[in-house]
Amino acid sequence: MTPAQLPVNTPLADPGASPPPQGWKWYDYFTFNVDHKVIGIQYLVTSFFFYLIGGAMAVAMRTELATPDSDFIDPTLYNAFMTNHGTIMIFLWIVPSAIGGFGNFLVPLMIGARDMAFPKLNAIAFWLNPPAGALLMASFFFGGAQSGWTSYPPLSEITANVAQSMWILAIVMVGTSSILGALNFVITILFMRIPSMRLDQSPLFCWAMLATSLLALLSTPVLAIGLLLLLFDINFGTSFFKPDAGGNVVLYQHLFWFYSHPAVYLMILPIFGIMSEVFPVYSRKPIFGYKAIAYSSMAICLVGLFVWVHHMFTSGTPPWMRLFFTISTLIVGIPTGVKIFGWVATMWGGKIRYTTSMLFAIGFLTMFVFGGMTGVTMGTAPVDIHVHDTYYVVGHFHYVLFGGSVFGLYAGIYHWFPKMTGRLLNEPLGWVHFALTFIGSNLTFLPMHQLGLQGMPRRVAMYDPQFTSVNQLCTIGAFILAASVIPFTINVVWSWSRGAVAGDNPWRALTLEWTTSSPPLIENWEVLPVLTHGPYDYGLNNSSPENLEPVAGSTSPS
Amino acid sequence: MKEIPSSILTLTAGVLITIISFWVGQHHGLMPEQASEQAPLVDNLFNVMVMIGTALFLVVQGAIIVFMIKYRRRAGDDTDGLYIEGNLPLEAFWTAIPAAIVIFLGIYSVDVFDNMGGLNPGDHGMMSHHHVQPAAVVAQAPSQPAIAADTAAPLIEPQAPYARYGFGANPDQMGKPPALSVNVTGMQYAWLFNYPGGVVTGELHIPAGRDVQLNLSAKDVIHSFWVPQFRLKQDALPGQPTELRFIASKPGTYPVVCAELCGSYHGGMRTQVIVHTQADYDQWWASTQVAQAPDQEQTIAVRPSDLSAPEFLAPYAEQVGVSSAALAHLKHHHQGGTMISHLPASPES
Repeated sequence: MTPAQLPVNTPLADPGASPPPQGWKWYDYFTFNVDHKVIGIQYLVTSFFFYLIGGAMAVAMRTELATPDSDFIDPTLYNAFMTNHGTIMIFLWIVPSAIGGFGNFLVPLMIGARDMAFPKLNAIAFWLNPPAGALLMASFFFGGAQSGWTSYPPLSEITANVAQSMWILAIVMVGTSSILGALNFVITILFMRIPSMRLDQSPLFCWAMLATSLLALLSTPVLAIGLLLLLFDINFGTSFFKPDAGGNVVLYQHLFWFYSHPAVYLMILPIFGIMSEVFPVYSRKPIFGYKAIAYSSMAICLVGLFVWVHHMFTSGTPPWMRLFFTISTLIVGIPTGVKIFGWVATMWGGKIRYTTSMLFAIGFLTMFVFGGMTGVTMGTAPVDIHVHDTYYVVGHFHYVLFGGSVFGLYAGIYHWFPKMTGRLLNEPLGWVHFALTFIGSNLTFLPMHQLGLQGMPRRVAMYDPQFTSVNQLCTIGAFILAASVIPFTINVVWSWSRGAVAGDNPWRALTLEWTTSSPPLIENWEVLPVLTHGPYDYGLNNSSPENLEPVAGSTSPS
Repeated sequence: MKEIPSSILTLTAGVLITIISFWVGQHHGLMPEQASEQAPLVDNLFNVMVMIGTALFLVVQGAIIVFMIKYRRRAGDDTDGLYIEGNLPLEAFWTAIPAAIVIFLGIYSVDVFDNMGGLNPGDHGMMSHHHVQPAAVVAQAPSQPAIAADTAAPLIEPQAPYARYGFGANPDQMGKPPALSVNVTGMQYAWLFNYPGGVVTGELHIPAGRDVQLNLSAKDVIHSFWVPQFRLKQDALPGQPTELRFIASKPGTYPVVCAELCGSYHGGMRTQVIVHTQADYDQWWASTQVAQAPDQEQTIAVRPSDLSAPEFLAPYAEQVGVSSAALAHLKHHHQGGTMISHLPASPES
């Protein structure tokens, strides 16, 4: 705390109670701790661990695909890797790190709350994740689930039953975690902002988390239903999805995608939130079109609930459905475009600082715009009929999920690591990390579009030899991508203990989390801050933040 | 920027981007060859989207790069940028542009989908609101000899129920029965093609330029029938019939790929479709009649000397490993019985 922020009223702590700990020790991070910041870091570290595992599976698969024949790993193991790579990257890396990690760490700090609305529920939500991950790992003793992260019946009902059941239970556990977390976010964002902060003065990350959480609340239960019916079919003799006993295989696809398309937005909306924080800080400019970006998150949340059948255009879907969902899918492009134009316009007239965080944010823009374009082509039923279930789709969703979500996560980590740990990450190592990631991801995922259009289906351990050379290009890219994690991991491990001390606000950012110490106090502030300026008021009277220190009792300028 | 007015630069950039986008849209060369009448429809839509996508990508990416250079922080400058919170007309403009593109692409997609026959699955030309037995339809196929159904020994029951999903008659074919109807069955890890009359093959043979209907079903798990050169794909679902109706436009051999994960050897579930000219197809069809539907009783009861060479050879075709296609070729080449005297098995020699 700088002297200007010294408390003006008495601290809230009860003088009779035992003094609270000054800070958390390392072992506190391995316990059932209800502090949102501890939980946020628990999510981030746990999910990064699973990211490495899921990444190792990807490397094994790309090595297999260097040759057309199945010669490196058994095709059964290939399918288990393919299934669990997708599952881990979605349910144990991007969703928990973006929502659980950044959401938990940042939301209370950004709105001036001392914690989430339901701290214990929050801790329970996190502690559902490690056992779920362990269950997935243990499923490999039973062959591993092999029917893809989509687990369509009847394949999922006749393949590796024990492993498939463990897979279902793991997903239901992380789904439950997601629902609990979402509930917590909605209540926290709506009711726990400091009194001087209206909803439309809250940082855009909070808007994004609000949209994310509403979407998770509406859609996740439907996935749980689909998966539990599948579990019953496998283990308890029901026949919801068994065609020879009157079941319907397409019904499962509807239940699955009603969640799993919104899941795409669960993985990108928080990242959009991170982008809306990162671009203004390093461009030294207000976000361009606050309201447009805030409301477009809500629009994506709403429209995103009505596009799921575009994953089923070649399935048992009647013509009207194929056309209805073509149109609704195209509509998603509009609010997404609004955001992208808003970020680009934020850079216009700025004074851009090329920190690693900003590099990843710009990398995100590039990758996501490309992924968005290919997404539009696949959103139309006629083209999707050709490219569905091909490597074109694999290329597309890695552009938006790796180039989008993972780039965004990296941008967020470089940006908030100083707040989380009190130390800066090493910038030159960060640039190396960015360069390797950017080259590796484009080399891996760009050629995949061509493979798919030319006729290579996805989820194959063996393929037509005519695709060999392009596949080898992808494999080389995957190795570069794998190598890119090394400088990052070294950077994080080294900087956490030995990095340069960051200070409270190394980036001179204006959102509230930068008004407390780094790392923040256990209850975030000794005295809750008072809002004196908007979250993105850079360049107001062209003053630097030193002139914008909060003044107690002053009203909001807007 | 001082010498050249920025409006001229913008105009030049716009013209360049337009030219590049048009060129990329027509010359990206990413699609395989077109071998069905649906393929050009899909490709035209795709090309338009590649064109629009290229233009948007260049505009956004160009703006990013220009801004990155122009608005980089200069050394020693710790002040902030301009205080600009937004611009309503500009925001309305860049909301309207994608909206207009979306409306255009939506209408275009519906039109393409209709012309592909996507709106009429199940339209088999004969009282499509009834459950038509496809066997009755295929008996009218003009180029095929009618074969009594009881001589057939199909591996798969050829009667497919009425399909509600997939691609049916395009607007020109509405109300007309297809020229050829083949029942396609997916199973781990092969496709079976069941022709009228019980001819079963592992490769699909179809005539070019004829209206072909595939009735898709799956025996075990979901498979997906995909011919990249046709730009057509439809899942074969256990318990729910689907169909694909199309006209192959170009003779040749194209891959048939399973596109839906169906187990460990999903990647190996590949076969091919051979698109014949009508004459070739008729010949192929005749050869299947000889090779696949031999009437044993006739072969034994009739004096071999009364038989033509292909009739005589037919029962041996499998033993000696002569393919039906090669047999057909023999028949064509030797014009009848001239070969018989060379065969030791012939009782005449």
